[in-house]
Amino acid sequence: MATTHTRSAARLMMAPSVILLFAWMIVPLGMTIYFSLLRYNLLMPGTEEFTGLLNYEFFLTDPAFFDALKNTLLLVGGVLAISVIGGILMALLLDQPMFGQGIVRILVIAPFFIMPTVAALVWKNMFMNPVNGLFAWLFRLLGAEPLDWLAVAPLTSVVIIVAWQWLPFATLILLTALQSLDEEQKEAAEMDGAGPISKFIYITLPHMARAITVVVLIETIFLLSVFAEILVTTNGGPGTQSTNITYLVYTQALLQFDVGGASAGGIVAVVLANIVAIFLIRMIGKNLEA
Amino acid sequence: MGSITLRSVSKVFGEAKVIPSIDLQINEGEFVVFVGPSGCGKSTLLRLIAGLEDVSGGEIVIDGQNATELPPAKRGLAMVFQSYALYPHMSVRSNIAFPLKMAGMDKGEIDRKVSDAARVLNLTDYLERKPRQLSGGQRQRVAIGRAIVRQPKAFLFDEPLSNLDAALRVNMRLEISELHQQLKTTMIYVTHDQVEAMTMADKIVVLNRGNIEQVGSPLELYRKPANLFVAGFIGSPRMNLIEGKFAEANGAKTVGIRPEHIGLSRDSGLWEGTVTIAEHLGSDTFMHIEVPDVGTVTARAGGEFGVRHGDRVYLTPDETKLHRFNDRGLAL
Repeated sequence: MATTHTRSAARLMMAPSVILLFAWMIVPLGMTIYFSLLRYNLLMPGTEEFTGLLNYEFFLTDPAFFDALKNTLLLVGGVLAISVIGGILMALLLDQPMFGQGIVRILVIAPFFIMPTVAALVWKNMFMNPVNGLFAWLFRLLGAEPLDWLAVAPLTSVVIIVAWQWLPFATLILLTALQSLDEEQKEAAEMDGAGPISKFIYITLPHMARAITVVVLIETIFLLSVFAEILVTTNGGPGTQSTNITYLVYTQALLQFDVGGASAGGIVAVVLANIVAIFLIRMIGKNLEA
Repeated sequence: MGSITLRSVSKVFGEAKVIPSIDLQINEGEFVVFVGPSGCGKSTLLRLIAGLEDVSGGEIVIDGQNATELPPAKRGLAMVFQSYALYPHMSVRSNIAFPLKMAGMDKGEIDRKVSDAARVLNLTDYLERKPRQLSGGQRQRVAIGRAIVRQPKAFLFDEPLSNLDAALRVNMRLEISELHQQLKTTMIYVTHDQVEAMTMADKIVVLNRGNIEQVGSPLELYRKPANLFVAGFIGSPRMNLIEGKFAEANGAKTVGIRPEHIGLSRDSGLWEGTVTIAEHLGSDTFMHIEVPDVGTVTARAGGEFGVRHGDRVYLTPDETKLHRFNDRGLAL
């Protein structure tokens, strides 16, 4: 089917969507770069002027930036670790034949359908609240002092909330990978004398490598831009203890009305995301090759 | 080393009785083929011996030791699967070394055994490749390599050639037979292809609906089928089974005569018939001949016997090669 004619026809047909997607990406990016080079504060309308890289200098030397950078990486790393390891364990459990398997699987997927603000509020008010929360009740039951989670361990709390939301996604992808493992391979390993643990390490885990890669890559994209959970729980605080880059950009733009500085932050975030992406592809991208 | 005894082994899946009860003795060093139509329980029986399925009743004795409750790895058997079941992410070397590694053997010993096995199977040049970079026949050999390094008491083959093309199948058939000559280890081989059974086996076990119909050497089964099922299953093309007047004249309910035991002539014979189809294979000609009062008879003639659709021919069955069966389908 790959004649010159069909190929050029295919290009022509694809052109509208490619052009649309490209414009969708390049216009906001261009505008952000343009704004990042301006002194542009909403409190002083009409005074916009070109300032070169001054916005970048301010953003990158802001002590909050390094906190935010560290928090972003901790948040991404923490959630990835919990959701991948937890997801593998959950998938192994759900793969066992049991009564009501279908319903249990749907229930496990449920948290993924809950919007981030709602999930974060449920956690904040029903679990982590130091007076009425379930955790506080549990602590008191054991005779311990209840913890004010969001004040004492703000970043950990956010990690827990976000991990809870992403665990189902990881479980689902890893479960389908697990189910596609050839039954005869497991039996062959059994005949070869592999116990349950060796079977997991040498057969199951390598088989799931590609799915794990997909989970890590997709989750990283979304975790770099976690925002709603922070906004409704800790507001980035106390201080900057739970501020990530996304949230820092938000404070620049909509709390300090500094559009120029926020745009510079946005560009920095884009560059950082690309650095993370390059590292990830280098490290685990080979798993995606057929 | 390598004798297996089944004592009234049975297997039930839910309501379905797949194997009612089987007794079988497999001697050391024998090449035993389980053959039968699909769904006859031959693969299940093999999996019971391997330990991949639990028996519902009876016992399996391997080398005098009751192995009924032993896990697969402890039975000292190695299996070659229909899909080969190679580990796709491991190189050929690691695939073959896997059972040794699991047994906790030291590295030098593993390397030596793997290269020995690779030499026997002509895999030395492919040791660093991944299974997906190999052809079907090579994958098959890797699967066999993984089985032989363990030096098992017996090899179990589950339709190992069914995924190969016809030419390769003939080759691998020879290779497996040669391997058996070299190793002298007991082999149990499952197939639905009676040609594989006839060419490779020391002993054929014909299975039908979970029951053993007959056990014997290939020629025994060919010469003296115990019942109608075996008569129809062994031999290619199938034996002609004739009922009616001709059978009664021979004192039987059904009479069987193989296509190769029917004399053909253009001018005289016992039966007269019309050729409906003639298959010219070069060395042989198989003819389907419509004979009044007898039915459609398949007959073999030499390759140069030039007949065509619609020709009239005369047939004479060789009286000494007749198989007679009673009304219960058993041989008389």
